[in-house]
Amino acid sequence: MEYFFQQLINGVTLGSIYGLIAIGYTMVYGIIGMINFAHGDIFMVGAFIALIFIVAFSITAAMPIALLVLALIGVLIVSMALTAAWGWTVERIAYRPLRGSFRLAPLITAIGASIALQNFVQISQGARNKPLQPLIPGGFSLSDGGADGSGFAVQLSYSQILIIVVTLALMIGFTLLINKTSLGRAQRACEQDRKMASLLGINVDRTISLTFVMGAALASVAGLMFLLYYGVIDFYIGFLAGVKAFTAAVLGGIGSLPGAMLGGLLIGLIETFWSGYFSVEYKDVAAFSILAIVLIFMPEGLLGKPEVEKV
Amino acid sequence: MSSKSENFFTDCVKDAAMGGLIALALFSVLIGMKAEVASGLGGGLGIEYRWAAVAIAVAVVFGGRLLLNLFVWKTKTPVTEKAGSLMPSMSSLAPLGKYAMPVFLVLAVLLPFLLMSAYGARGSRQYLDLAILVTTYVMLGWGLNIVVGLAGLLDLGYVAFYAVGAYSYALLAQYFGFSFWICLPLAGILAAFWGIILGFPVLRLRGDYLAIVTLAFGEIIRVVLLNWYEFTGGPDGISGIPRPSFFGIEFTRGEGGFADVFGLDYSSIHRIIFLYYLILIMALITNFVTMRLRKLPVGRAWEALREDEIACRSLGINTTNTKLTAFALGAMFGGFAGSFFATRQGFISPESFTFIESAVILAIVVLGGLGSQIGVVIAAIVMIGGFEFFRGLEEYRMLVFGLLMVIIMVWKPRGLISTRAPSITLSGKKGKGISADLVQEGHG
Repeated sequence: MEYFFQQLINGVTLGSIYGLIAIGYTMVYGIIGMINFAHGDIFMVGAFIALIFIVAFSITAAMPIALLVLALIGVLIVSMALTAAWGWTVERIAYRPLRGSFRLAPLITAIGASIALQNFVQISQGARNKPLQPLIPGGFSLSDGGADGSGFAVQLSYSQILIIVVTLALMIGFTLLINKTSLGRAQRACEQDRKMASLLGINVDRTISLTFVMGAALASVAGLMFLLYYGVIDFYIGFLAGVKAFTAAVLGGIGSLPGAMLGGLLIGLIETFWSGYFSVEYKDVAAFSILAIVLIFMPEGLLGKPEVEKV
Repeated sequence: MSSKSENFFTDCVKDAAMGGLIALALFSVLIGMKAEVASGLGGGLGIEYRWAAVAIAVAVVFGGRLLLNLFVWKTKTPVTEKAGSLMPSMSSLAPLGKYAMPVFLVLAVLLPFLLMSAYGARGSRQYLDLAILVTTYVMLGWGLNIVVGLAGLLDLGYVAFYAVGAYSYALLAQYFGFSFWICLPLAGILAAFWGIILGFPVLRLRGDYLAIVTLAFGEIIRVVLLNWYEFTGGPDGISGIPRPSFFGIEFTRGEGGFADVFGLDYSSIHRIIFLYYLILIMALITNFVTMRLRKLPVGRAWEALREDEIACRSLGINTTNTKLTAFALGAMFGGFAGSFFATRQGFISPESFTFIESAVILAIVVLGGLGSQIGVVIAAIVMIGGFEFFRGLEEYRMLVFGLLMVIIMVWKPRGLISTRAPSITLSGKKGKGISADLVQEGHG
């Protein structure tokens, strides 16, 4: 039972990271109907920018706690801004010229952008792993494994709490942004009918750009979380995380924000439980198989709207 | 007039300065500061500052954008227009297209002899190797073209079938000692079989979902190959895969070898030339089959499916069967190419079948122009040839490759060859090529 709880905690943490990335996929897909293949690599860029700032300002666990929190918030804001700039640039260069072109064209440029970003970071930052000393060590011990030490100790680390709390806060803020603000309204309008939205005076290009910017900012948060949780990154983390997050977005119903979060949690849980109870090697196979099964029996995902094909 | 031109100039500079500023923001962190593990024991991460590199990168962006603004984007008389008017227009190129295929074919057939006479047996080897590589990609591109170009199904996991073909041959040869010529059809059949197995459940999905499931399938195959250590050798791969024989005659020195039987002096280049012709013939068969199939009912059904799935169904075409045949045939050719790859390398490992490989093949098909057979050839030569050409700049070439994919696509979204020959015309006369803008991609 303790083992189960530990896996549950780990799964939720991992799922939160996937969920944050998945939002970027789901929003872009909802608004322009393309798979932004470079999104996983934007997440990787975000993680790298955060790492560089943490090292450059020598932020370590030895700092006083208040200062550490402030510094991390500072890093988060700056890396969100810079990653958002990357997201904007990719959209501007690779996707905007192809708007209204046929469907495969932006997909190819997205794959190209993904390859280019990966290799750019590999060249500029080196191909080796970047290990970071844990910044937020320690945590709660929910169960010490019994007096004789025969049980399983359940740990809830501070970084896990941080990840879950930040994700929750961002999700709430984001839902409000989409549902209550004029920007969110513009976005939903573009999602429903781009031409009509532009006739009603919405700057469609700007709205799409902002979608990319927001997706990239959330991905950079996920990048920082990933860095804090695993403590090691390399230039290749974006691919698998990106595919899993897209899987999560599809699983939850593409175009739906709560769906992306739910899908992220599910993929995180499936992956952790599979590696906890069956085999670590085949955890990706498990996640992808679930994707295939869901798509076959429920093509619109868990929370998505069924799509009616019209002639 | 002068103020106007001044305005124009300041406009250009302003715009370029904006570009430079953004580049500064983007590059200052990722290029300017390198997080490096410090040397020495227990070294943590340190930062290496490289502001000069940032300055160069920003200057390149600023200068490039300024020049583009001045001469292409903002001016009324872009240089590209002048250059374009020097180039013959597309319609006057059309008759050339008729001769392109035979010329390519003759060149391809004569290539080993041309190379031999130019560089000698020793010097031509690397060029022949490159030609084999390019032809392999042409074959893969043609195979994928059936799925993506003709049937309009977006397949991001094509490399899975390539892997199935390669591993089928390697494993059959290892466990049963089968020869290449027995395994070649078996590998194709197995790959087609996998295509059908995968196809049955997923072909009901719409385009992008299909894409992601095929991608997932490609990854699953790779992960299984990587982890099933007892059977596939895991990350170590399979080595010592038997080389192909010339219909039973081995390419060995001495009695009974190829050189001996045909009364030639032994040279290792014979096998390379044989491999080249082998893949060339396999590729040409792929092309031939595809071209013939296009004219059969099933090929027409593929193209109808690409254009409009609902209309297709209303006309009584069984869309599931149509998709399955396209998928299975594409997979089969992928399998053939895979077993050729295995026999040529003599060693395979899951490393060779990553997603990048799928992306490269798809890029060849799309950049060449969906559904265009000659486009695939040109794109394969440009991409793979260019890729190998920059081998010296090992670490930069993938970066350039990615950027090229973006640039070519933005420049020509319909691919390099953007006309299609209609498969049927009303008057019965040979129809002219139609612009690819009129050809829709599938929703399947």
